[in-house]
Amino acid sequence: MAKAELMNYEQALEQFEVVIGLEVHVELNTNTKMFCGCKNEFGNEPNTNVCPICIALPGALPAVNKTAVESSIKIGLALGCEIAPTGRFARKNYFYPDLAKNFQTSQYDEPIAFEGSLDVEVPSGKVHTVLIERAHMEEDAGKLTHIGGSTGRIQGAEYSLVDYNRAGVPLVEIVTKPVYGAGAEAPELAAAYVRSIREIVKGLGVSDARMERGNVRCDANVSLRKHGAEKLGTRTETKNVNSLRSIERAVRYEIQRQAHILANGGTIIQETRHWHEDKGATSAGRPKSDADDYRYFPEPDLVPVQPSRELIEALRATLPEKPADRRKRLAGEWGFSELEFRDVVNADLLDQIEETVTAGAKPQAARKWWMGELARIANESEEGAVPNITPAQVAELAKLIEDGKINDRLAREVLGYVLAGEGSPAEIVAARGLEVVSDDGALIAAIEAALASQPDVIPAIREGRMQAAGQVIGAVMKAMAGSADAARVRELLIEMANK
Amino acid sequence: MTDLIRKSASELAELISKGEVSSVEVTRAHLDRSAAVDGAVHSYLYQNPEASLIAAAEVDRARAAGEITSPLAGVPIAVKDNLTTTDAPTTSGSKILQGWVPPYDATVVKKLRAAGMPILGKTNLDEFAMGSSTEFSAYGPSKNPWDLTRIPGGSGGGSSSVVSSFQAPLAIGSDTGGSIRFPGAVTGTVGTKPTYGAVSRYGLIALASSLDQIGPVARNVLDTAMLQDVIAGHDPHDSTSLPESLGSMTAAALKQDVKGMRIGVIKQLSGEGFQPGVAARFKESLNLLAAAGAEIVEVDCPSFEYAIAAYYLILPAEASSNLAKFDSVRFGMRVEPNENATIERVMAATREAGFGPEVKRRIILGTYALSSGSYDKFYGAALKVRTLIQRDFDAAFAKADVLVSPTAPTTAFKFGDKIDDPLAMYLNDIATIPANLAGIPGMSVPNGLADEDGLPVGIQLLAPAREDARLYQVGGWLEKAHEEIWGKRMIDFAPELEVK
Repeated sequence: MAKAELMNYEQALEQFEVVIGLEVHVELNTNTKMFCGCKNEFGNEPNTNVCPICIALPGALPAVNKTAVESSIKIGLALGCEIAPTGRFARKNYFYPDLAKNFQTSQYDEPIAFEGSLDVEVPSGKVHTVLIERAHMEEDAGKLTHIGGSTGRIQGAEYSLVDYNRAGVPLVEIVTKPVYGAGAEAPELAAAYVRSIREIVKGLGVSDARMERGNVRCDANVSLRKHGAEKLGTRTETKNVNSLRSIERAVRYEIQRQAHILANGGTIIQETRHWHEDKGATSAGRPKSDADDYRYFPEPDLVPVQPSRELIEALRATLPEKPADRRKRLAGEWGFSELEFRDVVNADLLDQIEETVTAGAKPQAARKWWMGELARIANESEEGAVPNITPAQVAELAKLIEDGKINDRLAREVLGYVLAGEGSPAEIVAARGLEVVSDDGALIAAIEAALASQPDVIPAIREGRMQAAGQVIGAVMKAMAGSADAARVRELLIEMANK
Repeated sequence: MTDLIRKSASELAELISKGEVSSVEVTRAHLDRSAAVDGAVHSYLYQNPEASLIAAAEVDRARAAGEITSPLAGVPIAVKDNLTTTDAPTTSGSKILQGWVPPYDATVVKKLRAAGMPILGKTNLDEFAMGSSTEFSAYGPSKNPWDLTRIPGGSGGGSSSVVSSFQAPLAIGSDTGGSIRFPGAVTGTVGTKPTYGAVSRYGLIALASSLDQIGPVARNVLDTAMLQDVIAGHDPHDSTSLPESLGSMTAAALKQDVKGMRIGVIKQLSGEGFQPGVAARFKESLNLLAAAGAEIVEVDCPSFEYAIAAYYLILPAEASSNLAKFDSVRFGMRVEPNENATIERVMAATREAGFGPEVKRRIILGTYALSSGSYDKFYGAALKVRTLIQRDFDAAFAKADVLVSPTAPTTAFKFGDKIDDPLAMYLNDIATIPANLAGIPGMSVPNGLADEDGLPVGIQLLAPAREDARLYQVGGWLEKAHEEIWGKRMIDFAPELEVK
């Protein structure tokens, strides 16, 4: 795949106004699927969570999952949407083998939630209000694996395998209205928006919200128009952007790609494009036009969903704090600087730090660990995976330092053992005997041994040249393999000098 | 044993419950009858006599042990082949499903098994229930026992012929536009399309989801009522099934009283354009009802004029989507083209080979009716007509408790008469279609024989949604009145079939 020619980003923004639109699919974490009693579970043997309904055997009929409806209403409410008092499902008809019925049961012109908005903060600190057009319920398709052939697609494959475990898993699709005015921050806004959606659905407990498992998937629409133009430009819809980073990159790429085409007198083709994380580029997919004929019609096998006023209000009462409110509260409670706090948000570590603080750590200590050592380890790991440590364990580690049981160096060592799965920090300190030595007798002996080879130190301290103490402290630490309580060594040394 | 097959289901149930005859004996008698006559009639697509007898023996045991107390326990039954059964192939009359044995039982089949009713076999139908004669069955037509050169009605011609040739006392049918009632009319038997949602559709291979309804088929009104009582009821697997019970149809059938009831004659379906014998018998029945103290009123249903047009847009639209699942990927026939076997080509080749002409015709119609640019003109307009028809019925039922019409314009026609003329075939259902569009219950009851051909004629009764009991009350009375006039049951006029 040849990388398209791109316009320089700043130049693109000078010439064009960027309009984005985002469609986010959220997989709900209900126990069962949208229209049948099969388990909604990730990672099982292919085609084990299936039944006559989700593989569309003749005669089978769907029945709506009540919990999925409630989860959808919660999402709608959290996005400030109106909830429709009645809503029909529709059939979206097209032939594709991952879709057992050859139609998808989805809400078409009667979404369960509509007309909401979400305030989204971008890394610069600016808050954009993204208007939500609708949130509607639908079902996921099965998973296809294409064997043979070079394209990795169904065309050209020798044969394809279908796993229907995912077929019928409940989805909520959240669609924004066109987002104007983000300018150069459009890519960051797209990513921040998806992050907010993730936070919301996670906070609601309605989705596992793991992007790497496809629990949250984003299609990013991008179009450009000349500054001041009224008519929207032709948009492309980029699919397969499965991480926050790729959303940002894909939007930026599309802006640059489209700008180059438009600036050279070309036209944008309305189409689906695929993002390739490895190549950092999008490629053309299916042409997509408004003439795509899915022959939508109301699903005759289901009665309309009609949530009562009481149900909606009861669900509203269960809503957790809004992410924006929560940030405001945490920023106040933690006392981080504005920059520190924004870094935490951008690193997507609010949850971990909050849980660590809840487990007893001081906010700054929690921040230091998650943003420092643990972030470094995550970055070094191949998948950038979250390190294998719980917030409670981080809190315990911080507490051990605070209590003087271990020092920073020992703490890093302990952390290594925790990540290796040896147990909790306290257990490891006990098992490996890693506690700092604060027994004065042992320390004094080590200090005297060090002073024997550095006789100038005591006189120097007496003259007020405190930095000379560092050499002795270093020697003591070395002699005691790092387990000495450095602060105590310093105190003892000063006492000795002042005798 | 031959007298056993002539008995009604209620009589058989009584004999079985008194211990005078076993379910095995009753079942065997019907199986023997099939062995003797079904070569000529071709009601069944599948029978497994051994399995039926084993089921009957189990019912005898369970009944003796007091485990089954259903009123129809031990009475065997035939099931239309568009209901899924785990112990028999289910084809829906199509080649595309040849040999497919479903892994699950339809809810109605489960209810039959739980009621201790051995299944005698799966009955023939027009492919996916699209037709009025069984001539569109991929497995050849069923014959009308009154005249083997004539159609037994459709799509449920297997079920109507199976009861009218005494191969089964009862059968299950499905009615999307008249597939229970029309076959009932032309074979001198009784059939009811219950209120939409009264009987679970789970396991019924869908033709048009918003129109399909499973219903009972029998030789008399009481048996039909008893069978509806067995199969009706809410099913969580069918979202469109009614939550509430509609009461006892059996009790209604036993009332046999029409005094003071307001019987509405639909102006648009009052005999004009109907075969003379059909119209004459219909007028006679109106006189009978009036003489018995019923009040005859005329009702106007102006939108019925558009019913067939609307029906033939809504039905194909839903069917085109319902039949999309027949793609060779997970079950049924698979045809691989000789070269370049892409998924699209395999799907297309399978559907080309597996579907018959009427199915293809309706898929094309429905796909077109739903396509953008056509939707409002066709499907959308049809939905509006549907609403107007519902309003016509509302107005009519404000004036009448039950509406009546001839069930069909003619008696049974000959094979081949309409097969090449889809419109003529569709017009057969002119009287039955409105009930499906409105979701109301309808029943066809034998209404004497036409003078000109001596073939059975049916009268259709319609009631408001959920008022199925009214059909049984009036139907039971009409049946008794006819028996008094004609001297015996209508079915007893049918000629003896040649026994092999």
